[in-house]
Amino acid sequence: MAMIEVINVHKSFGDLPVLRGVNLSVEKGESMTVIGGSGSGKSVLIKHVIGLLHPDKGRIIIDGQVLNNLDEYGLNELRKKFGMLFQMAALFDSLSVWENVGFSLKQHTKLSDREIRKVATEKLALVGLKDVEDKMPAELSGGMKKRVGLARAICMDAEIILYDEPTTGLDPITADAINDLIVDLRKKLGVTSVAITHDMHSAYKISDRIAMLYKGEILEIGTPDQIRNTTSPIVHQFITGSAVGPITAE
Amino acid sequence: MASVVESRGFINSWLELLGRRVTLAISHIGAVLVFSGQTLRWTLSRPFYVKNLLKQMEQIGFNSIPVVLTTALSTGMVLAYQSYTGFKRFGAQTLIGTVVSLSMTRELGPVLTGLMVAGRAGASIAAELGTMRVTEQIDALSTLATNPMKYLVVPRFLASTFMMFFLTALGMIIGITGGYFVGVKVLGTNPVTYINNSINYTEVSDIWYGLIKSLVFGAVVGIISCYKGFNTEGGAEGVGKATTGAVVTSCMMILILDYFLSAMLW
Repeated sequence: MAMIEVINVHKSFGDLPVLRGVNLSVEKGESMTVIGGSGSGKSVLIKHVIGLLHPDKGRIIIDGQVLNNLDEYGLNELRKKFGMLFQMAALFDSLSVWENVGFSLKQHTKLSDREIRKVATEKLALVGLKDVEDKMPAELSGGMKKRVGLARAICMDAEIILYDEPTTGLDPITADAINDLIVDLRKKLGVTSVAITHDMHSAYKISDRIAMLYKGEILEIGTPDQIRNTTSPIVHQFITGSAVGPITAE
Repeated sequence: MASVVESRGFINSWLELLGRRVTLAISHIGAVLVFSGQTLRWTLSRPFYVKNLLKQMEQIGFNSIPVVLTTALSTGMVLAYQSYTGFKRFGAQTLIGTVVSLSMTRELGPVLTGLMVAGRAGASIAAELGTMRVTEQIDALSTLATNPMKYLVVPRFLASTFMMFFLTALGMIIGITGGYFVGVKVLGTNPVTYINNSINYTEVSDIWYGLIKSLVFGAVVGIISCYKGFNTEGGAEGVGKATTGAVVTSCMMILILDYFLSAMLW
């Protein structure tokens, strides 16, 4: 059974349609990456998957539960299965690193601060960070922030991890280290992942399958090899990063 | 003929603009009312973030004490000087205490405290929440199964409401003390007469009217500042607009509500 099903999802903001009938299915343990240009609706799609946005039409089913039908309590219970890494990490400025990582544990468990700090330290070690527990987010580099964001995403042993542009804004070496980390975490934790990116190097490396979102619809889905050998001129232009072709720069 | 067509076009476009502005204003009022309803709803439901509330009480209340004290002291002292000048002309200097007490309790205490807190704490709330919105920290809270309204808005709303009450009470005391200092120590009014007139002509209800106003002003500053911050769009520029909007709207609402509350609590 699919872990995530997006069925005929439509979403408009005012008069601007962003998603025009998106269909996507992600199997349990699979790593799916959605690629597409800026403004193609990738972020809107991922926000629907975790219930930050609600579709005008269509359904989202997570692990057999229809997300659209859930009330606030049900949605929060479902969200405990998720971890999300934001584009700019979205760490809480006013909290230290360990407090950021252990935020969910603080809110949803009865663990003491000492125990939470211990778990946070373990998760930070898992993403390759040590001795940063007491630092504030402002003291961290971009790559470190992403790692802390990732540690926060996995702190409650999430079954699904969503990655919003995981390598954007990082230098190529740090970006590749984050890619390795994503692959490594998936192997260690066996989680289902959905990433959105326009970084093709990252997409090829972290994905089992890649879906191309274009003008609010999924244009093509396939394995990294299938996408590399696509016959679609739109997908081909996007993955090769050419300015010449059917897609015009905005 | 051409000028008639031009003027009709001008009137049409002007009416269209007016219609858009009115629609936008109504939709904003509706959104603020919905936001207020949600805030009240979440205020009454578990869990209660006591630590967040205490932190906000410190930031909104305790940290506003210097600015409120300065404003109240200055106002009380100036009021004593100005009343003395006017009252001396018909030999009623002994009533300075009454004027200062009534003004500080019924009107100036709550209004000036409200305006000062709107300027200091309201701006801070809107800027903080606005920054959290544009850096996706509010979305991150939701993804961590934590209701941002409960976690962020409710503590600020409660802190703003209750700390405005205490700050206003403090402002009243300091303003009256400032008036006493100028009236008695500087202008030489008899201290016993000053105090007697202050007490005899100021009723407990005058103090309560002022404090009730302060609760309303506190709630308004809290709700508007949180609403503006929570609905920030468009990066740093958006945060700037939200902050300005929070202060201006809060101050305007305080002045407008002051009239209606004064009329109701007459």
